[in-house]
Order: sequence, then structure tokens, then C-alpha cells
Amino acid sequence: MPKALVVDDSKAIRTILAKTLKELGFEVCEAANGREALEVIEAEKATVQLVLLDWNMPEMNGLDLLKKLRQAPEFASLVIVMVTTEAELKHIAEALDAGANEYVMKPFTKDIIVGKIQLTGIQF
Amino acid sequence: MHSQTSISQIHPDNYRFLQEHIYSQVGIVLEEDKHYLFESRLAPIITRLGLGTIDDLCALLKATCQPEISRQVVEAMTTNETYFFRDPAQYEAIRTVLLPRLIEERRDTKRLRFWSAAASTGQEAYSLAMRLVEAGLSDWNIQILATDFSSKVLERARSGKYQQIEVNRGLPAALLVKYFRQSGAEWQLSDQVRRMVVFETIDLRSSMRALGPFDLVFCRNVMIYFDTQTKKNILKQLHGTMFRGGWLMLGGVETAFGVEEFFERRTVGNAPVYVAR
Ligand SMILES: C[S@@+](CC[C@H](N)C(=O)[O-])C[C@H]1O[C@@H](n2cnc3c(N)ncnc32)[C@H](O)[C@@H]1O
Repeated sequence: MPKALVVDDSKAIRTILAKTLKELGFEVCEAANGREALEVIEAEKATVQLVLLDWNMPEMNGLDLLKKLRQAPEFASLVIVMVTTEAELKHIAEALDAGANEYVMKPFTKDIIVGKIQLTGIQF
Repeated sequence: MHSQTSISQIHPDNYRFLQEHIYSQVGIVLEEDKHYLFESRLAPIITRLGLGTIDDLCALLKATCQPEISRQVVEAMTTNETYFFRDPAQYEAIRTVLLPRLIEERRDTKRLRFWSAAASTGQEAYSLAMRLVEAGLSDWNIQILATDFSSKVLERARSGKYQQIEVNRGLPAALLVKYFRQSGAEWQLSDQVRRMVVFETIDLRSSMRALGPFDLVFCRNVMIYFDTQTKKNILKQLHGTMFRGGWLMLGGVETAFGVEEFFERRTVGNAPVYVAR
């Protein structure tokens, strides 16, 4: 079973996203900020294939985590989808430049999330 | 004051009247159990006109010639839902198989013609346009005809303006960044892409003789509403607008069943494609 990580400081959002991912056949773990997420990803080395990543979070924000992960060659193929309230063109461009595979603006629907995950080409 | 339940009251004669009216206006068949649909779609019109119930609305339509109200009723009853790159497998088949072939075949004329035949608010035509620019064809003589029987949706399509929820759905973020600008709460598609598409009000049940020939026709998620005979006629006419070997793309649950003499069904990648014979 492919493994996904949901990173968001809102428990409610994590729960919604985790539910959708489980329906798609992913095994799901959660983290409430970038630092926690990094711990999970490093502990689970190479088993997490997909990360749904919020931007604004305490301790380490999503963009910083994204940049950190993209600097490490071992995480080059990790699929990262930003899911955030940041909805300005410059933010989207910044995240894509930093190596995000896709970008979802909040509020989202289940169809939007599923569609964007499909767009990344990840197998599930 | 009228409560919700009074709006939804439809006399069986009026239900039949609305069914027939919508069938005669757009060819759409509405089943016997669509009361909730009439209720939710017609309530805004009823309120706007200061009427109380669907029966009142029918009485008005029957008593006087009201082309404007009649048009509003028909448009309210049809589904316009659409989104960018709906059915990605089809766009993938176009990118990997159709375009390389056309680029080869048309390298002299550099002329390509496409049709989005139930275009709604334009996402289908514009998705194709972006694909064509991405394929390096921006200096080719390309035209995408986008038609719908509803002038209201075409007006929106022509503006190239979309809400956040619309650009969030199906559209790769890289294309959003590349081809859209943000203006207030809306996202404005670039002129480069908009210029590739021309819009026209066309009812699919009218003659298509003046149209084409096309290399590719999208006729997606509209024929589900038509009866078998209407559908057959439309498919036959669509065939007449296409180059031999041109591709017809239907919606996910639609088939060109019954017109095998005109189209050959092939599977390209993961997409069913109907190739004009
Ligand atoms: C659900 S939308 C499909 C949009 C797009 N093709 C897609 O698949 O996403 C159906 C569209 O068909 C249009 N339509 C319905 N009956 C029609 C007719 N008789 N002639 C032309 N267009 C029609 C409606 O106005 C509506 O915009």
C-alpha cells in the first residue's frame, strides 16, 4: 500500500484529507507542522511517497519544509502537493519554483484533491 | 409569503408541459422523477418574477409568448458543469498520439481546426488551446470553435475569467501560473490563449452543414440528455463535419453505439476515441 503524509496544523483538515487519501488506497500518517513532518519522513525513509502540505504552520512552515526536502537527493521523487489558503499567483509560482508538484488553494473539494493527485502521475 | 413546498407543487399536466417544452427547445429528456430538479433550478426565476409556484410559471408560459422567460427556464434546467482537463486521459491521448500525427500531416499548411461542441463556460476549449501552445504550435494557423446553445454560458466563456474554485479544479498549477493573471477575486486567461478560440451559439440539433472540417471534435457530457434518435442524428452530422481519421471525444459514460458505420472505436492510452471513417 502506498504511503501518504498529511501535514496541516488543523486537525479537522488533516482528518478530511486523510479520509480522502484512505479512500484512494493510501496508508496515511499525519503531522501538525513542518518539523513533525520532517521527523516522520526521515523515520519512514523512502516509504512515504506523497505529501499534502499546508503552508502556514507553527515551528516550520510548509515552504521551508518543501525547500529542505528538495535539497535532499533522497527525497527527489517524493510527490508534494501544497494545500493552502495562500491563493496569490506569486505564492503558487514560488511553491512550484521550490519544487512542489501541484498546488491546491483552500477551500477545496474532494474532487479537486483527487484530481490534483492524479495530475502528479503518482501511482495508487 | 410562499413556503418552499408551495414552489415545488407541480400539477402533472404542468410537469408534462415542462418536459415537452424543454425537449422541444433543447432536446433534453427529463425523467418523471425530477421534481426536485425543477424546484431547485426554477425557484430563482419564480422569485425574480414575483410568482408563487411552478404552476404559476407554467401558466405564464402557456398564456403568453414569453421568449425571454422561456429561454431562462431552459437554461436553468440544463447542466453546465465543466472543468479544465476533465478526463485527463483524453488530453494525454491528444498530446501523445493525435498532435504528433497532425504536426506531420499538416507541416505544409500548418492549419488545424477543432470544435468543442457543448462548450459551456469554455474550460474544454481553453484546455485544448493551452495544450496546443504547450506543444509549440502557437505560430500555426489554429482555430478552436466553441459552441453551445446557451448564449449565457458562452458570454462567460468569452470573457476568459474564472473563479478560484474553477481554476483549482483539474488545471495543472504550472499552466495556471503560465497562462492566467489574477484580477481581484478572478483569474483572467491570457489573450494569447483566448485568441485561439471563437465562440458561436449553435444548437446541436440544427444543421451542421456549414461547419468543419475538423481534426478533432469534443462532444462531451451533453448527449446523455438526448433520446436515441436525436443522439444518432447528431453523431451522423458530427461525422459530416470531420476529416476522415479525425477524432471524436465523448464523455466518460457516453458511447457512439449504433453508428459504427461512421466511427470506429479505438482505445488510445486510457482514452476511448471515436475515429471518423
Ligand atoms: C455538462 S455541459 C458539458 C461541458 C463540457 N463539454 C464538458 O464535458 O465538460 C453541457 C452543455 O451542453 C449544452 N447543451 C445542452 N443542450 C444542447 C443543445 N441541444 N445544443 C447545444 N448545446 C447544448 C448546455 O448548455 C451545457 O453548457
